[in-house]
Amino acid sequence: MNTAVEIAGISFKNPVMTASGTFGSGMEYSDFVDLNRLGAVVTKGVANVPWEGNPVPRVAEVYGGMLNAIGLQNPGVDVFAGRDLKFLENFDTRVIVNVCGKTVEDYLEVVERLSDEKRVDMLEINVSCPNVKEGAIAFGQKADALFNITKEIKKKARQPVIMKLSPNVTSIAEMAKAAEAAGADAISLINTITGMKIDIYKRKFVLANRTGGMSGPAIKPIAVRMVYEASHAVSIPVIGMGGIANAEDAIEFIMAGATAIAVGAMNFHNPYATVEVIEGIERFMSEQHIENISDIRAVL
Amino acid sequence: MSDKMKKEARVLGQRLLTDGIYDLWLETPIAMDAQPGQFVGVYPAGKATLLPRPISICEVDREKSAIRLVYRVVGTGTAEFALYQEDDYMMILGPLGNGFPLSAVAGKRAVVMGGGIGIPPLLETAKRLSLLQDKDRPLEISAVLGYRDSDTFLADEFKESAGVYVSSEDGSVGTMGNVIDALSEQKVPCDVIFACGPMPMLRGIKKYAMESGIKAYLSLEERMACGVGACLGCVCRTSRVDEHSHVKNARICTDGPVFDADDLDM
Repeated sequence: MNTAVEIAGISFKNPVMTASGTFGSGMEYSDFVDLNRLGAVVTKGVANVPWEGNPVPRVAEVYGGMLNAIGLQNPGVDVFAGRDLKFLENFDTRVIVNVCGKTVEDYLEVVERLSDEKRVDMLEINVSCPNVKEGAIAFGQKADALFNITKEIKKKARQPVIMKLSPNVTSIAEMAKAAEAAGADAISLINTITGMKIDIYKRKFVLANRTGGMSGPAIKPIAVRMVYEASHAVSIPVIGMGGIANAEDAIEFIMAGATAIAVGAMNFHNPYATVEVIEGIERFMSEQHIENISDIRAVL
Repeated sequence: MSDKMKKEARVLGQRLLTDGIYDLWLETPIAMDAQPGQFVGVYPAGKATLLPRPISICEVDREKSAIRLVYRVVGTGTAEFALYQEDDYMMILGPLGNGFPLSAVAGKRAVVMGGGIGIPPLLETAKRLSLLQDKDRPLEISAVLGYRDSDTFLADEFKESAGVYVSSEDGSVGTMGNVIDALSEQKVPCDVIFACGPMPMLRGIKKYAMESGIKAYLSLEERMACGVGACLGCVCRTSRVDEHSHVKNARICTDGPVFDADDLDM
């Protein structure tokens, strides 16, 4: 049985990754899972300088999922490289670094700073965080803005570039095509869906940021649909995510067209989720006599 | 720090302690390593819920491999927990957080201060302080407990390990007012404070401690998601740049929930 997949010439031992922002840099979850088992660790978004993030409350539970408005708190790329990447040197897994910024220059600074880091296998560019006022999603909701930033990043990046797309758009296919046309090596989707929760007794927004990004099992059908539409619109690989809780969910995304998948908010519900998804995919392949994981990719 | 795990725990018993507050004993290996001031994440079984509910550890019984949780019903998750009975199973994650620094009270007059549903974690804290030996021993242990009215839940249980002082908002028992009013009025001997309770109370304690040259350690609460330090959902403002985050934010679930009051920007 072969669970290995390839994206932009990089091989992954299996298609299971972590969704950025839900797994730190792996350190916290290494108490629960063997990081060597994972296809890749996708790190929390990192900017050129430390970001404080949003005021609390930053998280709220909603039916079948959660809202978050962390606001991309991060220690900045220098600390990240010296600490988090160093920690990840101890593991035999791929490392994809999620990059965020407020301006194109911010993104380019991080991309250039990471260009010589051997431990970085790929870059994932976060142009879809709904929780920061400047930058981020401003680049991810208009096809021409997405095209331009992708092009700028591709000029500087030494590692293959994944553009992480927002579901908060009218046509995900159009966004996927813009990323591909600008030279992106892959796309990942979906980031969280903008939501809101109101405490009716206090007559207040539950999140200090008022809105937050929704994730969790409740968003899965939306994510599957968007992965299907995006993967049929482009020929570059798609990394699918959004509410994946178990192997069945993961296989659904693969059949919809994803080359790899990521487990996100469900890490909070089940810190063993990533490895359980890997084992479940292997079980499914063995039961269904599937030799290669690619045999079930984009079968619809 | 001890190994964290997510595991099923068997309910040894549950009773209504007082209005809206439940008293639950769970059999779990988490008991073996649990420190006073630490907490567990308790998962509701309902499929529509995702996140563990952070609940402080009120007591630990290592012989029975059991922990006691005393919690208030505040929403759908805790309302579900209240239904569990002996021999039911609940999914819990823990032990989480750092706990109170027991070594900070060696040779000192220690005061545990709790307000309302912040009182439970101080019971195990007072118990452990009373078991410290020789040079680790505190000179004296007092418990200052703040209540709304004469419903002084858990107060009697502190008597085995501490001198107990009470305040009530309505003045029906002890000092009328808050825990700081009780501390001054009842002249409680105090060098170091371990406190847990609502934010206004903790702010008051920080101010009081600063003015009186007393050391205070405060246990904070915030809405959490992962409980293990990965999501950065439950941060508090710190007075200096935090060593982990490199901004003035610390993670309550892992860097806390107990902080040196001097390190907090409240």
